[in-house]
Amino acid sequence: MHELGIAFHCIKEVNKIAQENNVAKINSVTIQLGEVSTVIPEYFEDVWNWAVKKETILKDAKVKIEIIKAVTFCEDCKREYPTVQFGKICPNCGSDNTYLVTGNEFVIKEIEAVDQ
Amino acid sequence: MDQVRVIEIKKSIFEDNDRDADNLRAELKGKGVFLLNLMSSPGSGKTTTLIKTINSLKDRMKIAVMEADIDSDVDAKKIQEATGVHSIQLHTGGMCHLDAEMTRQGLAGLEQEADLVILENVGNLVCPAEFDTGATKNCMILSVPEGHDKPLKYPLMFSVCDLVLINKIDVMPYFDFDLDLCKKYVLKRNPNARIIPICAKTGEGIEEFAKWLEDNVHKQKGEK
Repeated sequence: MHELGIAFHCIKEVNKIAQENNVAKINSVTIQLGEVSTVIPEYFEDVWNWAVKKETILKDAKVKIEIIKAVTFCEDCKREYPTVQFGKICPNCGSDNTYLVTGNEFVIKEIEAVDQ
Repeated sequence: MDQVRVIEIKKSIFEDNDRDADNLRAELKGKGVFLLNLMSSPGSGKTTTLIKTINSLKDRMKIAVMEADIDSDVDAKKIQEATGVHSIQLHTGGMCHLDAEMTRQGLAGLEQEADLVILENVGNLVCPAEFDTGATKNCMILSVPEGHDKPLKYPLMFSVCDLVLINKIDVMPYFDFDLDLCKKYVLKRNPNARIIPICAKTGEGIEEFAKWLEDNVHKQKGEK
């Protein structure tokens, strides 16, 4: 259950930020998730809702997920293409000399907090 | 009325773990302890490989093993019984990987000093690769029945490993396993990877793996 481990990491991090900012309650946490980050948004939302129930500051926090498109760059023809559709092989020139530019992110973007 | 505000964070979830892992790696270097993070699928022969290798090395250095599993202590018991080296079991509580903090707790739980600590990670080719444990080096075992195409299917795992052991080479003819192609796929993901074909059952290649470990243990102590 990969998403659960990630949710625990995320909750730990947000709790820390909440304490540093003297926050009484968090209404929502916004996550930016890459298309090929290996985290499935629906699963993440489910385990998040389960995991926050055990929390105090985060008890009622909703998670909002923003998806970051996966883009791969081809070193040979110097063009970008969508990763999810074509994978590691460049659709323009057939080269496999490619690397992922964006799409594996898991970023805590912001939290909506209620002050003490 | 409650004051609601938005706090901008923009922080990667992996950032904290990466920092913890770097700190742990530096501490281990300071103490001269070589920590190997061993990863693979379930059933690839991690425990058998470890038993053979430890038995070959245990007279030359102090070894300890940390077995990470979701549940049970069968592996830790098996290692302890078959080799006599200090072995503890870490439970991940349902999680599919270990992170640097859990690894640190495991190391703190070791009751004996060691030159070489081997962390047997949860059997999984996806998640353990994403979380840096703080180990000095990463190693993975790919076994022949899994197929030579695995480096293509699990690229991250192969790109983070310093050493790839290809196990169960005695059954290669029965599985149409192409060793050269497999090596090519591994090196494509990670040109710096060292590859050692082994057979834990017959002992083939185990000495080469033991030598790699021994060299690294010396290097970690600044002896070579």
